[in-house]
Parts: sequence; C-alpha cells; structure tokens
Amino acid sequence: MPKMLKIITLLACLWLLAATVMELSARTIRVGKTQSVTSIRQAIRVALAGDTILVDKGLYQEGNIIIDKPLVLKGIETPVLSGQKKYEIISVKSPHVVIEGFVIKASGQSSMQDIAGIRIYNTHHVSVTGNVLEDNFFGIYLQQSKHCLIKNNRLKAYGKAEHLIGNGIHSWKSDSLTIYGNHIQGHRDGMYLEFTTNSNVEHNTSHGNLRYGLHFMFAHHNNYTHNTFSSNGAGVAVMYTNHVNMKSNNFKDNWGDSAYGILLKEISDSHIEDNLFSGNTTAIFMEGASRIRINNNRFNANGWALKIQASCMDNRIERNNFRANTFDVATNSSLVLNNFDNNYWDKYEGYDLNKDGVGDVPYRPVSLFSMIVERYPPAMILFRSFMVSLLDRTEKMIPGMTPEQLKDTMPVMKPLNL
Amino acid sequence: MKKLVKYIIADILRSRIMIAYTVVLLVISFSVFSIEDNPAKGILSLLNIILFIVPLVSIIFSTIYIYNSNEFIELLVSQPLQRKSIWLSMFTGLAVSLSLAFFAGAGIVILLYAWSMTGAIMLGCGVLLSIVFAAIAMLASVKIRDKAKGIGTAILLWLYFSMLFDTLVLFLLFQFSDYPIEKGMIALSFLNPIDLSRVLILLRIDVSAMMGYTGAVFQSFFGSEVGMVIALAIMMTWIAVPLSISTIRFNNKDL
Repeated sequence: MPKMLKIITLLACLWLLAATVMELSARTIRVGKTQSVTSIRQAIRVALAGDTILVDKGLYQEGNIIIDKPLVLKGIETPVLSGQKKYEIISVKSPHVVIEGFVIKASGQSSMQDIAGIRIYNTHHVSVTGNVLEDNFFGIYLQQSKHCLIKNNRLKAYGKAEHLIGNGIHSWKSDSLTIYGNHIQGHRDGMYLEFTTNSNVEHNTSHGNLRYGLHFMFAHHNNYTHNTFSSNGAGVAVMYTNHVNMKSNNFKDNWGDSAYGILLKEISDSHIEDNLFSGNTTAIFMEGASRIRINNNRFNANGWALKIQASCMDNRIERNNFRANTFDVATNSSLVLNNFDNNYWDKYEGYDLNKDGVGDVPYRPVSLFSMIVERYPPAMILFRSFMVSLLDRTEKMIPGMTPEQLKDTMPVMKPLNL
Repeated sequence: MKKLVKYIIADILRSRIMIAYTVVLLVISFSVFSIEDNPAKGILSLLNIILFIVPLVSIIFSTIYIYNSNEFIELLVSQPLQRKSIWLSMFTGLAVSLSLAFFAGAGIVILLYAWSMTGAIMLGCGVLLSIVFAAIAMLASVKIRDKAKGIGTAILLWLYFSMLFDTLVLFLLFQFSDYPIEKGMIALSFLNPIDLSRVLILLRIDVSAMMGYTGAVFQSFFGSEVGMVIALAIMMTWIAVPLSISTIRFNNKDL
C-alpha cells in the first residue's frame, strides 16, 4: 500500500510539473506574409489557451475573426485588420483576451444589427489597448461583460447622419469596466453606457461626435474623471441614474439650442465637482434631478451657466465660480427647492462692510430678462439694450417676476481659487 | 466745396464741446479697460456707453451747430455756390469731425486694449452711428425753423431710437409670441440703427447664448458675410435717406 501511495504521489508530482511547464511554455505564434502561419484565423485555430499571437504588419482581410479561447493578440508595427465594409472585425467570446496594437477599420454597417470593430460578448477580463479604430459602425461594443479594460484606443469615424453611424464605445449590461485614455471622434455617441455599473471612465476625450459626447442611462455607481467633452452635436446627456461621480472633467464648446455641457435628467445622489464648463450654450441643464452636489466647478463664458427646472429638488450648488456667462441661472418657475451658497458671481454688485470676504446682501442669479427669454426666445434680440438693462435693474431692486427664494445668501466677493 | 469742408471741420474741432466730448470718451474708455482685467468685459461695458452717448451727442451737437450756422449758411447762399454743395459740405464737415472725435476718444483705446473682430465692429458701429445721427439731425433742423423746437425734436428722436423703440419691439414680441417671428425680428432691427449695431456686437460677445435656437437664426443671418454686407448697406441707407431728403428740402427752402 505505501508503495502504491508513493507511485501515486510521484505521478501527481510529474503531472503537476508537466502542467507548469506547459503553462510556462505558452507558445507564441507568429502570423505574417513571410511566416509559416499567414492568417490570424488559422493562428487562432491552432492556438491553445494562453498562447500569444503576434501579427506582423500588413493588411489582413479575413472577414469576422472570432476569438473563442484566452489568447493574447498583439500587433507588431500596427497591422491593419479590415472588415471591407461587410463584417464585424473581431468578436471576443472568451475571457482573458488581450487585443493590442492593431488598426481596425471599415466594419460592416447595418440598421438591423450592431456591427462593431471589436465586440465583446458575455465574458470577462478582456483588455483592448492601444488600437486605432477607424471608420467602423460601432467602435468597441461590450455586452454583458465584466472587468474589462478599454485603454488608450483612438476611435475615429466619419458619420454623416445619426442613423448611419454607431457609438464609439458602447456598453450594455456590463459591470466593473475601466475606460481610460481613449480618444473618440465622429461617432454617434462618443461613449454610451446602459445598465453599466461600478465602472471608471477616465482621461478620455470625446470630440465632435454627432450626438452626445457621453450618454448613459441606468448606469449607477460610475466614476467619470478627467475627461474632455467638446464640440459634440448635443453635448453630454445622462439620464435615469443615481450615484454618479463626475470630477475634473472639461465640458466645452457645445453649441446649439439643445446642446448642453451636461444634461441631467432624473439623476440623483450624485456629485459634480472640480469640472470646467466653458463656452457652452447651456453648461448644466437639470430636469428631475435631485440630491446632487455641484461644487468647486468653474463656469466660464457660457450662454446659460445653469438651467434648473422646477422639477429639481435638494440640489446644493456651492463654491463655484461663475464668470462671463451671459446668464447665470435660469428657471421655469418660482418654485425653488435648491440651495445656492458661497458661490462667486462676477455679476454680483453687493458690498462687504465687515470685510469677511462674503457679500452682505444676497445675490439673485436669475435676471428678469432671462425669465422673459425663457418664455419668449426671440426676445434675445433685445439683450443688452438700455431698456432691458433698466428692466433688470428695477427687478433687482424689487423682485416681482423672478423667484424670490432663488438667491445666494453668502456670495463670496473674490473668485474662488479653483 | 473742399475749402468749405475744411473750414467747417476746423471750426467744429476747435469748439469746446467737441473737445470735451473727446476727452469724456477717452476717460470713460480708458477707465473701463483698466478696471476690467478681461478686454471682452471691457468691450461689454463700453457697448452701452457707445450706444447711448454717441447718438445723443451726435444728434444734439449737429442740430445746434446747424441752427447756430444759420447766418453763415445765409452768407454762403449769397455766394456763387450750389445749395446742394453747401448742405453736403455741412454734412461732411459734421460727419468727419464727429467720427474723428469718436475715433480719438474711444477708437484708439479699443485698438490698444481690445483689438479683435469685436473691437473692429464696435469701432465701425460707433463711426457709422455718429454719421447716421448727424444725418438725422440735419433732417430735423431743416424741417423745423424754430431752434428750441428743433433741439426738442432731436432729443425726442434720440429717446425714440435708444429707448422707446425697444419697448415697442418688446410689446410686439409679447403680442405675436405664438408666431414664428424670428425673421421678423431681424427685419425690425433694421428699423433702428442703434439696435442693428447692438445686435452685431452682441452676436460676437454672447456667441454661446446666441447659438440657442432663436439666437442661431440671428447668428446665421448676421454671422454670415452676406448678412454683414446687408447690415452695412442698411446703415448706409440710414445715412443716405435722411441726407437726401434734407438736401431736397434745403434746396427748396425759403431761408
């Protein structure tokens, strides 16, 4: 019996050793015109789990490449994978896949299916880094995937109409994603997240997309930091979400009647901090938003810094700098359920007798004319005329039409150091 | 005619009121730009002053000058000079000297502190407004013989263009707010040179707000080159029409 045990132990050890050696010697398969393996599909077919596939530079037109085992797919000197405007280029259907260093271009287009440059299906721990995605319908599409990393990719599309182009980075029903350092341009929505939770979106640039720079719905507990959203068709719109954290982002130059630096619709328990809003038609538009803290932001040279609808409540707008905005705050009703405190308003004309840095008279950021423009938009043509300034002044003395309660009781005298 | 224009310009520029006007403009614009650290905000503060003071001074000064030059004009008429050229010389003299005073008072400061397209448009508007209101003043003074009545009319005209007109526009706006009146508003702004100037500058200063739906209508019209040319043409019309009517009146006037 001991002998038997010894043999079993020895066998077990051998097997373990063999397994380790196998694991360590995960093969590298080289793909290229001059290599023995000339197509990526062939390489994937012969590869075992954990292998690395190195792809030489060149043009590869292989239709749809399905990755169904844990592989590292790496491009040497940016090989080009083309979908010839017909196929979805890469479909990832296995966990632990890495895709790195490719140019992925010309995916198919469809109004029935969501064809993407890289699509990740129901899996986890996939990383897509350092790729260039050009002229695809959808760029990177994640569905029901967890713990994925989308990093340092450049996505560029040439969409002409919203219905003819997909989103840059699209995520549906996913969790714990990291989207970092990507640059997205010319798609429908730069980034679109739906039912996506616990994710970090950082250091991305979303510029010149047809619709929204960033768009999310039902995407709770996400962080958005250090992103830049500029010159998008309708700015940024986020809806039906709670526990959003937006910090140190840059929202700029979103011009148009329904373009917003950021549109908050039915957003609650969120935090908007240290952002810069500049040159937007409307910097923040809030509808049905509640319990949001908006603090330490800079609002520079926007048409309207804040538009707060009467459906918003318990929001706290504190310690922000409002400078050179055409209108500071506009609202559509006299009902005020939000707090404004300790902001710097460059239009404030009050005094500070006790020199404690806080103005002695409250500041009312809603001007009469902004109420008039809200109701009669063409009145904008009279803006800055003497009559209008006179009306605004009298209203400031004796508030009649503007909401009496909408005021900053502790406006700071000097711009805050943000 | 050249001689006459030169004489009139020299005469006006020597007058104390004109010097005071220049100095006041200079002081205001300098202080505005030195208080505001941001030149765009300085332009904004200057905007209201220019739209207010320039037309007022132009119209009142021109009216008074024409009335005071009554005897001089009578003397000129007795010389072998065409009435038309006398009247046009008066106008040229007034227009040039008012524009010069504006340029020396506000223009140089704008050039120094805020040289941009906005500044250039502001400068152009100031000069054009000076000339427009000189032309309107000449029409008022040729029509009304009595000096006091004439000056009163000039003040009323200024009041109308700088305040009452906007009130009327606001009233019309409320009345017709259910209709698509954006294009009509543009046409309405042609009826007042002060409004036209203001809108042109506004479209540059408040460009973000002006990109909103209604604003975009104004922006696409005035922001385009065609719109700018049309605006300039309208301003020219505002000079040409009062001037030609007043010239005809002066030609047939029993002095």
